[in-house]
Amino acid sequence: MSSSTGRATNDTFLGMPAVPPRSPYGTGHLRGERTFPRAAHDELGNEQLRRNLGKATHSIRAKRLAVTGELPDWEQLRDTGSAIKTDTMNRLPELLEELERKVTERGGTVHWARDGVEANEIVTRLVRDTGSDEILKVKSMATQEIGLNEHLESQGIAALETDLAELIVQLADDRPSHILVPAIHRNRDEIREIFLRHIPGVDPALDADPARLAAAARAFLREKFMTTKVAVSGANFGIAETGTLAVVESEGNGRMCLTLPETLITVMGIEKVLPRFQDLEVFLQLLPRSSTGERMNPYTSLWTGVTPGDGPQEFHLVLLDNGRTAALADRIGRAALNCIRCSACLNVCPVYERTGGHAYGSTYPGPIGAVLTPQLAGMHGAKGDPNSSLPYASSLCGACFDACPVKIDIPSLLVELRHQHTEQAGTTAEKLAMKAAATVMKQTGLFTTAQKAAGLGRVLAGRDGTLSRLPPPLSGWSDSRDTPAPPQQTFRSWFASAEGAAAMRAAADEGARHTDDPQEAS
Amino acid sequence: MRIALFATCLGDTLFPEAVKSTAVLLARLGHDVVFPPQQTCCGQMHINTGYQREPVPLVRNFAEQFGDPAIEAVVVPSGSCAGSVRHQHEIVAERYGDAALRAGVATVKTKTYELSEFLVDVLGRTDVGAYFPHRVTYHPTCHSLRMLRVGEKPLRLLRAVEGIDLVELPEADACCGFGGTFAVKNAETSTAMLRDKMAHVTGTGAAVCTAGDSSCLMHIAGGLSRIRAGTRTLHLAQILASTRTVPHVLTEAAR
Repeated sequence: MSSSTGRATNDTFLGMPAVPPRSPYGTGHLRGERTFPRAAHDELGNEQLRRNLGKATHSIRAKRLAVTGELPDWEQLRDTGSAIKTDTMNRLPELLEELERKVTERGGTVHWARDGVEANEIVTRLVRDTGSDEILKVKSMATQEIGLNEHLESQGIAALETDLAELIVQLADDRPSHILVPAIHRNRDEIREIFLRHIPGVDPALDADPARLAAAARAFLREKFMTTKVAVSGANFGIAETGTLAVVESEGNGRMCLTLPETLITVMGIEKVLPRFQDLEVFLQLLPRSSTGERMNPYTSLWTGVTPGDGPQEFHLVLLDNGRTAALADRIGRAALNCIRCSACLNVCPVYERTGGHAYGSTYPGPIGAVLTPQLAGMHGAKGDPNSSLPYASSLCGACFDACPVKIDIPSLLVELRHQHTEQAGTTAEKLAMKAAATVMKQTGLFTTAQKAAGLGRVLAGRDGTLSRLPPPLSGWSDSRDTPAPPQQTFRSWFASAEGAAAMRAAADEGARHTDDPQEAS
Repeated sequence: MRIALFATCLGDTLFPEAVKSTAVLLARLGHDVVFPPQQTCCGQMHINTGYQREPVPLVRNFAEQFGDPAIEAVVVPSGSCAGSVRHQHEIVAERYGDAALRAGVATVKTKTYELSEFLVDVLGRTDVGAYFPHRVTYHPTCHSLRMLRVGEKPLRLLRAVEGIDLVELPEADACCGFGGTFAVKNAETSTAMLRDKMAHVTGTGAAVCTAGDSSCLMHIAGGLSRIRAGTRTLHLAQILASTRTVPHVLTEAAR
């Protein structure tokens, strides 16, 4: 395949394929401008954001636990979902070809986009061919990922988001901060302000009542649904067996876009394919329960190619790689492609809860974003690439693993990506320190010497036996935590001492007395 | 039973009281406790920070020190270190080790236990004869909870302690924000997590917050000390080792 943008092509050498391309630099939203700790610093200072997020994530969390708890076969469903996705990834090429064949048979047109640049170009060309300069958007992570709206705007095509939360974010010239609830960081009063400022002809007396806010958006969008001729969507699932595409949503605005316009263009990440129509049964149970805590999502739209006289008469499917093949090529990392974008991991993540989605700098925030983003876009350069900081944006508490409906072992993937990062980063001060620590710790003599040296910390400790100021890189720790000075005696020296031996003997004797006591022996 | 104690580098150096209590408790229960003297560190900090070549000698040392067939069980007063031995050593051995290391790792993995697992699952004990007449709240550390799945075992042990006033910790399963080098690399986010944990701990009115990991307790105690909260932390082993004969005395000076 030749590149239309002048980047290096996929050369082969002695029959060995080169590493598949990652998402290119400078396109889309898979790389922020600042590292996670720096971006998090600002978000942590935003009290309003933390209140909004804490309230929203706690309520979704509780709802999710309630509806997953009522299914007796929830664990089996998770296992099944995981097995189907793993099988899909193991034979992705054949399934995609089957999907292409079926979509084409049913009157659709399939386009292959190696990355975001190509996908944006394809969609732009398809919109231009319709003669339209405005489109409606169905909420879609894939088009967020490649920055489609921004690209279309640069080409003179206006793209309007129709998902209520996406609309709020778009009107405010903001960025989404959650996979499922893009405006989770905004509250009602903020939304009212945004609508008053940006919706043409809105009632100036609009209050912050959710029903009134929704009505204001509905009036604005209805007009657009009736007049716009092209829509662009993503896809939750694409069925290889039948060529059927699926979008699940809560508002019905997506369905308006999927049925009213003359032309429908769907941009789908290649990992969203499912082998059989029957597989939907599993995922239509897993997805809504995991994402919104609902038993069933209100709107499930399925379409297969085109149907004369009904719905869009022209249908295009853009299959997007953008780093997915690179992730697939990694034996361990490919598990991240099983993600169905339910956002359950975000809602249980203590790091996401405090820092919000913007700190991750990517379309995909939270735990799954921290593994998916570096895989799609790479972790370039030893230092400074924000994506290199993402695998470290976790305490490895594992709550995400427990919540994931397809059982992606996110903590292990994070540890793996950290390893990949340290391997790429070459020799750093941290690596030298880790080497030195390992050298000390592998030899007991050196280790006990180091323990003695650490014990000298007592000299620096205050009267309460704690250290309150530590030098960099530990100063961030000591900003809010005291550290105990090492006690005079290590465990090993106590155990080897006469005192230790006496204590162990006394304990054994006491135990023996109790065992002899008929009342205690049972 | 011949039990080898793995003190962990942190326990040996900074929190010897927790390890002493573990040793004393196991001796009191009638077991032969040994301390392989060449032991040092499990390498968890290296692995979790992204280093897998560097801890190879640590993983090897662990397998050698505890591989002795005469050792029937390895008991660790730390959920995260036990978790590292059981779930991470083989990653290192597979990638950078040799056949001998892989075999050694596989052997020690099957006999390594976190303290509460060992007491409940292996010894079948929930009442270890402890006496601790204080209000206590329990923080289930993440790796004990989700890597080892110790579940209710520590709570069953605590409920059997004579005199204890055990109070539930709100949002107990939320991470305290330690996460090893996470607390250094993302110190501010970690602090935000710690603040909420501390508010829940102090809100219980407990005199003591306990857990099965000295590292998480170090984090919580470090925060509580900074705000002069008055609540102190004790390792689960210290409560279980406290008896009427040799009670653990909560003193201001020992904080």
